Amino acid sequence: MLISNMEILPGKEVKTHLGLVQGSSVRAKHVGRDIMAGLKNIFGGELKGYTELLQESREEAMERMTQQAQSIGANAILNVRFSTSSVAQGAAEIYVYGSAVILE
Amino acid sequence: MTNLIIFLVLMTLGYLAGQMAERKHYKSIIQREKRFSGLPIIASRFPPTDKLFNQCLVTGNTVISVDYFKRFIAALRNLLGGRVTSYESLLDRARRESLLRMQAQAYAMGAEYVFNVKYETASISKGRKNAIGSVEVLAYGTALIASDSGTGREI
Repeated sequence: MLISNMEILPGKEVKTHLGLVQGSSVRAKHVGRDIMAGLKNIFGGELKGYTELLQESREEAMERMTQQAQSIGANAILNVRFSTSSVAQGAAEIYVYGSAVILE
Repeated sequence: MTNLIIFLVLMTLGYLAGQMAERKHYKSIIQREKRFSGLPIIASRFPPTDKLFNQCLVTGNTVISVDYFKRFIAALRNLLGGRVTSYESLLDRARRESLLRMQAQAYAMGAEYVFNVKYETASISKGRKNAIGSVEVLAYGTALIASDSGTGREI
């Protein structure tokens, strides 16, 4: 499965457009990480726990998007976009979408 | 009185630790930016067509927080108006760090360019009283890897 955030691929041609595919994931972190983050709010600096958390949930969202694309028979996803929104304190929604296509 | 003491201690701790962390971070950012300067990051949507490339999505993200002192200064700025420099440096650090992580990923794959780079910024501590505080920045793009360059590079 080829995943790209460009619209065109040099040397390859899009045979069929299959429409939008998407994946989302909402995750929260455990209390320990929240406490650590509270401390970091005093000292400043990177919140490693949150960075990892968001990366993991982004991977999960991509996985779901890939599965959806596979189930409709696509072999590539083009023009992929990410979007993040915080739904509540301590939880974030990651949304990833793109257009599924069949390449030559 | 006790509240005032706690406040002052937090301010001092925040100021000292925050300054130190920021200086260290900027030093490491500048160092890594030099190392990856051979890998162009391009915001154009159209890749070069003269050569065949393999493509791969690369991403880099950072969550970073301001210290207590800077948050207080920013709150004061809210009354007076003007440039909020403490948040400017926070976002600058987050953006550059995310871009560097993305570059590191692309570099390890042996990429020649990263095209169509996009940034995405989100404030993840919404709902809390002192809103902004920490931000997440995600940088993503498409790494173009020359088809004949078999394996990746060592970082």
